[in-house]
Amino acid sequence: MVKALNLALLQEMERDPDVLILGEDVGVDGGVFRVTDDLQRKFGSQRVIDSPLAEAAIIGTAVGMALYGLKPVCEIQFSGFAFQCFHQIENHAARYRMRSQGRFHCQMVIRMPYGGGVRALEHHTESEEQFYAHVPGLKMVIPSGPRTARALLTSAIRDPDPVIFFESKALYHAAKEEIPEESESFPIGRAQVVREGRDLTLVAYGAMLRVAREAADVLQAEDGVETDVVDLLTIAPLDRETIVTSVGKTGRAVVIHEAPKSFGPGAEIAASIMEGAFLHLEAPVRRVTAHDVSFVGFAREKANVPDVARVVAAARETLAF
Amino acid sequence: MPRLILEPRFHVEYLSILDSEGNLDASLEPKLPPGDLKALYRAMVLGRRLDERMVRLQRQGRIGTFAPIKGQEASQMGSVFALRPTDWMVPSFRETAAMIWRGWPIEKILLFFAGYVEGGQPAPDQHDLPITIPVGTQLPHAVGLAYAAQYRGDDAVVMAYFGDGATSEGDFHEALNFAGVWHVPVVFICQNNQWAISVPLKKQTHSKTIAQKALAYGLPGIQVDGNDVLAVYVAAREAVERAHAGEGPTLIECVTYRLGVHTTADDPTKYRAQEEVAAWEQKDPLTRFRAHLEKKDLLEDGVEQRVDEEIAEAVRRFEATPPADPLAVFDHVYAEMPPHLRAQREDLARWLREGAAPGPAAPPTQPGATPMRGQRLTRR
Repeated sequence: MVKALNLALLQEMERDPDVLILGEDVGVDGGVFRVTDDLQRKFGSQRVIDSPLAEAAIIGTAVGMALYGLKPVCEIQFSGFAFQCFHQIENHAARYRMRSQGRFHCQMVIRMPYGGGVRALEHHTESEEQFYAHVPGLKMVIPSGPRTARALLTSAIRDPDPVIFFESKALYHAAKEEIPEESESFPIGRAQVVREGRDLTLVAYGAMLRVAREAADVLQAEDGVETDVVDLLTIAPLDRETIVTSVGKTGRAVVIHEAPKSFGPGAEIAASIMEGAFLHLEAPVRRVTAHDVSFVGFAREKANVPDVARVVAAARETLAF
Repeated sequence: MPRLILEPRFHVEYLSILDSEGNLDASLEPKLPPGDLKALYRAMVLGRRLDERMVRLQRQGRIGTFAPIKGQEASQMGSVFALRPTDWMVPSFRETAAMIWRGWPIEKILLFFAGYVEGGQPAPDQHDLPITIPVGTQLPHAVGLAYAAQYRGDDAVVMAYFGDGATSEGDFHEALNFAGVWHVPVVFICQNNQWAISVPLKKQTHSKTIAQKALAYGLPGIQVDGNDVLAVYVAAREAVERAHAGEGPTLIECVTYRLGVHTTADDPTKYRAQEEVAAWEQKDPLTRFRAHLEKKDLLEDGVEQRVDEEIAEAVRRFEATPPADPLAVFDHVYAEMPPHLRAQREDLARWLREGAAPGPAAPPTQPGATPMRGQRLTRR
């Protein structure tokens, strides 16, 4: 997935001279995960900027650049450090269009690695998408593999609104997929049904999509259950139509995410199903998520992050309700 | 293994040209043409008279809370006067005089403080950001604008305003640091008015001056008499010229005083002595500039009256504003309204029209036949 993201950045920078990159270690080093590898050599240090180590000023100056008409792509080294720039995101990037009544807007992307599964320290393993999904004016995108990562990063860079773009660290090197050479974009705000079935809907995104797909395999092999798997891709604005259409067909849904349960994306998805497909429901919507704890350490991570067995168990209970 | 002095050359200048008695240091006087001096005076008077009018409007409930500028007219006008329209101005929330100079219509400023988001919309050709309320957070924006101007090869300088309280914020330090490292054309104007609501400068910083904070970031910092419009102008012009010439950012500390309240919701008698205010009233920026113009025989009759008429006209236009359309709240959240906001907009429209309760977040999709309430499609 790292190469796919790099390709999207490369092609968008070739296409549009207003696109520039800034963040910590994004230049010479090519980013700590190598997502911006070689871009400074190609585009120079004015376009791929090794910034001083200060998240608020990375986002704050990028807001200024965007107000001027540039299209900055910022990298926050880990999503756990983004609280030091959250005020710039919430107070300004998300609001400038409204505050200036359309005179200004912030066409900018804020990329951050998120999620567990890489045996990392505190602030390097959390899933905190719910904070951004809650902010009006922001878009929140989480790809599930190389192809969606490349196509959605391309869309994010071209999107006139600020996009928070989460990249799963667990997928950076693990996920391999053929992607087309020519530029490709997927619409932000649209989920994809990646597997079709009539018995059950699994809703997942990011690294959890693979868990959902494997759970669907197990359910088919062991229970003969046919599953719709919805890859959300955009957390906000949420594609309620695709979710509701799927649950309208299956009557049963399990939502999976790495973020803590309470007030997480699963809650909004469950509420949307209630509003849109209540009379089609055969069972309560289940959520398989991380627990409402801040940090567990990677020695206990397996107990906290959803896995295939927990999803299968939740699906069976939902099917048996 | 020596012990050395690494940087012995640090210094912070202080500049004053016109003292509180109206005495001029002619060797430092900027050679401004009479028209400019008259324009500066008029803009300062306008700032003061509008401030007084706005306090009355607020007390009458015709506008909401706002931050008066009384006492800071010279800091604002001396600095903003050095900008060209193609330069950028980044305000905080206490720059009314400077904003009017930059072309904001008075009625738009009144609209802003009357709770209309329309008041925050700069004109299409105006290089000004709208008012920023979270303290100090606009400073990185100014640096980003300056970087972008430099990146595009545009000859533009960015001037950013903030107060003494803002210099305790991380965003202030990060902005100065980035500006120094990137060597961008930005001028930081600190209106040190001595009080951040109830906290005096000595509790805000242990530094002797605010100007010296620039030195740590490798930029020049200068302290000026912020009630001396000529001194502020000279310092600002030098900084703007340096920025235009590619010589990077400057921090200017204007030592001034907030003669009035922090905002109209504030009561300063709780935290500061009347004697202190009275002492600063003796240093009023308007009085000394007026005395200076009198000596130069440049004082025009009826400035106050003409300014009042302009304000009255603006208040009339402001009061003729039609009531706010509630449905406009959805207009500028995104470039294109997403489905959930369209649904919420329809909800609000129905509520306003017929008092109907809110519906679902998105119109329900009904695949196939809708079952009756209580009729399940399958058996448990």
